[in-house]
Amino acid sequence: MSEFIFLYRRPPTPNLSPKQLEERMHRWRAWFDKLEKGGHLLKLGQPLADAGGCVVRDAKGTVTDGPYAETKDIVIGYSIIAAKDLAEAVRLTEGWPAFDEGGVLEVRPVLKM
Amino acid sequence: MEPDGPFSRRESARLVSVLTRVFGVENLSLAEDVAQETLASAFEAWSYGGVPAHYSALLTASAKNRAIDVLRRERTARKFAPELTRFIESEWTLRPVVDDMFQPGALEDDELRMMFSCCHPRLHEEAQVPLILNILCGFHVDEIAAAFLASAAAIHKRLARGKKVLAGSIRLFDLKAHDFVERLSAVQRALYLLFNEGYHGASAEAVVRGDLCRQAMRLGGMLVAHGPSSIPSTKALASLMCLNAARLPARTDTAGDLKGLFDQDRSRWGPQLIAEGVELLADSAAGDELSAYHVEARIAALHATAPDARETPWGEIVDLYDVLMRIAPSPVVALNRAVALAQHQGAAPGLAALRSIRDKERLAGYPFYPAALGELELRLGHAVAALRHFEEAHRLARNAAERRFIEQRIAACD
Repeated sequence: MSEFIFLYRRPPTPNLSPKQLEERMHRWRAWFDKLEKGGHLLKLGQPLADAGGCVVRDAKGTVTDGPYAETKDIVIGYSIIAAKDLAEAVRLTEGWPAFDEGGVLEVRPVLKM
Repeated sequence: MEPDGPFSRRESARLVSVLTRVFGVENLSLAEDVAQETLASAFEAWSYGGVPAHYSALLTASAKNRAIDVLRRERTARKFAPELTRFIESEWTLRPVVDDMFQPGALEDDELRMMFSCCHPRLHEEAQVPLILNILCGFHVDEIAAAFLASAAAIHKRLARGKKVLAGSIRLFDLKAHDFVERLSAVQRALYLLFNEGYHGASAEAVVRGDLCRQAMRLGGMLVAHGPSSIPSTKALASLMCLNAARLPARTDTAGDLKGLFDQDRSRWGPQLIAEGVELLADSAAGDELSAYHVEARIAALHATAPDARETPWGEIVDLYDVLMRIAPSPVVALNRAVALAQHQGAAPGLAALRSIRDKERLAGYPFYPAALGELELRLGHAVAALRHFEEAHRLARNAAERRFIEQRIAACD
């Protein structure tokens, strides 16, 4: 078994109605449940706030507002996944709810000695 | 699914209402934005960990903190609620005052006050109902437009006008105001229309219809629970909504086709809602007020408790429609009366009653008027005349389910 980090990226989605927000939450829950039942969810991870952060640009402490205005798909959360190999990890992304909202899911192997 | 529908609707209403009181009605859109941010980040977090048991308290706490941040940030740039202005200038008073405004008892009153505010006399009912759906049920413009088969632009315009009136009203409606009873009757009327939009409305989607009916019932339930608004006519309205909602699941069959009252599978009517409706109706009999809601609820109760169409007390129903024609006459009431009369005395008198409806031109766009004419002609064996009416009804049908329903009647003319 190898470890992968799933980095969830999605453009901002302003103006969803309460019902749409609630339904979106249920879709994420269902997707996480599926991963968990398959024994693939090593760490559920956390969502990240899309405002209130910053980017430190250099050792002098130059700071710019984050997240990155120039990228449309900012990281909105992460999880740690167990999969046999990259191919399986990619298969596990199936049904990720944010694909429908223009999201992209970055799959990165965790480097081990 | 909870009986009230998605819980986010209720929570959104609660947050927008309290935040509007905190910021003042002229800052309604700021209140809506803060409520939206609160819900969006909570649902983002709960996508991972699940909805905690005390979600409502968490949302309140989160909205309160955001409100304090906003007040701090914008205290010089904006004008806030008059009762707040002198407290937000100092950090010493800001938090305790806002804490007080978020106390549980105050929150419920805020929602009621918002409901009464949306029924401002300067607003037409056509603006009040979308406003209630938007602010107190969390429906966005597109969702309202879909439910009403209206254009998003038209709904947007009605909402903008409604919010302008609301923002100009200095503060939320005072539940102890001298015009409370007057305003209450406007609120009842708006909830009645909201329910009917779900029950009879043009939207083809059963899910949407059920959602509208449930929201009207939830808000009606708040009126019943609040002492001063819990008058007989409020209970009669709540009873009417329960009794009609009980029949909602049987209005469409498993294929999504509309079913007339006579062809509905009565085992699919909800016994619990019927019982609740009958009890509310009994409660509503206190006092000597006889509202249109009382009469309509009584009619609905007779239908809901009859074993089938044949054993329905049609004579009594015709009498009740006569009463309704006296206190709240309308061509639709006259149409329903004629249909009941046809059951009671036969198709010919029913047809005569349909033809002699005053203002029947107001039914010109309503498919169920020609459909009723067709039905009674058919019963009298006049297939050619019946077909002509059904074709007219087909032309007026507002969605696929209505069209399929009328196509079946056209087929019956052969």
